[in-house]
Amino acid sequence: MRRPLLSLLAATAALLVGAAPALACGGLIGPNGAVNLLRTTTFAGYHDGVEHYVTAFEFAGGGGAFGSITPLPGIPTSVERGGDWTLQRLVRETDPPDLRLAFAEAAAGSADEAEVLLETRIDALDITILRGGGDEVGLWAKNHGFRLPPDAPEVLDFYADRSPIFMAAAFDADAAADRGQAIGDGTPVHLTIPTDNPWVPLRILGLGKAAGERVDADVYLLTDIEPAMLPSPGAFGRSEGLQLDHSAPASEALLADLRSDAGMEWVPDEAWLTKVVVDARAGDLVFDLAIDASGANRPSAIDAGYAPFTDRPVPRAPVALYLLAAATAIVLVPLALVRAGRPAGGRPLAGA
Amino acid sequence: MFRRSWSTFAVLVLAATAIVGCAPGPREITITIRHSAFEPQRITVPRNVPVTFVLVNEDPIDHEWLVGDAEFHALHRTGTHAAHGHAANEITIPALETATTTITFDEPGSVAFICHLPGHEAYGMVGVLTVEG
Repeated sequence: MRRPLLSLLAATAALLVGAAPALACGGLIGPNGAVNLLRTTTFAGYHDGVEHYVTAFEFAGGGGAFGSITPLPGIPTSVERGGDWTLQRLVRETDPPDLRLAFAEAAAGSADEAEVLLETRIDALDITILRGGGDEVGLWAKNHGFRLPPDAPEVLDFYADRSPIFMAAAFDADAAADRGQAIGDGTPVHLTIPTDNPWVPLRILGLGKAAGERVDADVYLLTDIEPAMLPSPGAFGRSEGLQLDHSAPASEALLADLRSDAGMEWVPDEAWLTKVVVDARAGDLVFDLAIDASGANRPSAIDAGYAPFTDRPVPRAPVALYLLAAATAIVLVPLALVRAGRPAGGRPLAGA
Repeated sequence: MFRRSWSTFAVLVLAATAIVGCAPGPREITITIRHSAFEPQRITVPRNVPVTFVLVNEDPIDHEWLVGDAEFHALHRTGTHAAHGHAANEITIPALETATTTITFDEPGSVAFICHLPGHEAYGMVGVLTVEG
């Protein structure tokens, strides 16, 4: 039984760490090296060439500061506090009963230093949008008090080579406590990002985790039409372990509810709602989720982090297996038909 | 007779040259750290010869290079040192920087070099240094 948590959008990837508070997204690492395992929920809406990311940072108690880093597909034109119920409403749409909300979040980072494109504060979160390579972003994070796990250099390079834009979020737990935020309270963040096609970072969710540890995350997509994805969740031989939990036209009630939340007036009158469930070993989650919402049915292998960008080949339908099955059927079906038409007892034995 | 003596002399000169050429001298070995991995991971050094290790950290995070026997590593695995650098076999290499250290190994055998920052050893930051007898 899955416990949907809430958080939102995007892809999150978390790195960091400073104190022990939890976070939303993927692998946060506390000062003692322990990894906080939380389910992450993110939302990526795409309409009129603009991606809307919503993610949430959960206050999990403790003091000090912690943070996360989220790779982004482009430079956001705005970073603002997200609506209060978008994530929760999405979870209720696909997992109606007895919801427990949780949020995902991420880590921080930067470098020697990455270029700071935007800085803003949302509640107890200090948000910084950075542009730079993996080394620059990593150094920025180090210089700003983030302790990055040993896999961070490789993961940051993985993203920076494709899109050198990152969101660093530093969460001041003391400030959150002063604000009266209770444990479990989340701060939603909404990023508006013009881009050709959205993609959702998944590999970042395994940051700081051992290869055998599980990554659990729910990714909601809202697109004008049914999207094509790479990997293809639920498709035999091409899913990479991703599950397609929901895929259907969004209900008018859902769209109306989403549209009524803060910053969500962009939600169209008609849209397609997709929910992808990530339940994978961190060591296997070495790709992202590429999305083609144009109708061309050609999600980008590069956006997903596959070859030729990396050595990992694009997952393809097991054509050879299909051909083998077809050949087997061609041979066995006639035999079965012949056998079915034969008298009971079969051919008499010679000499009988 | 003269010819034979001359030949013998030439052989001796060549032998002496070869011996001098093989004599242990200062050695320098570069170890690169990239994506939290040592390269190379296996190193062989001569006994009783100073070896200078050039430790190049290409990562944007700090790393350590600690070389010693099992007991040494057991202590550091649970240690609380924030940084190293005072001992030749305990080196901290800050992000994107290079450190050097010179060590003379006087006992043959194999020891490990490991980064003991949290999670780094488990991630694979382990190498083997063999001292030839």
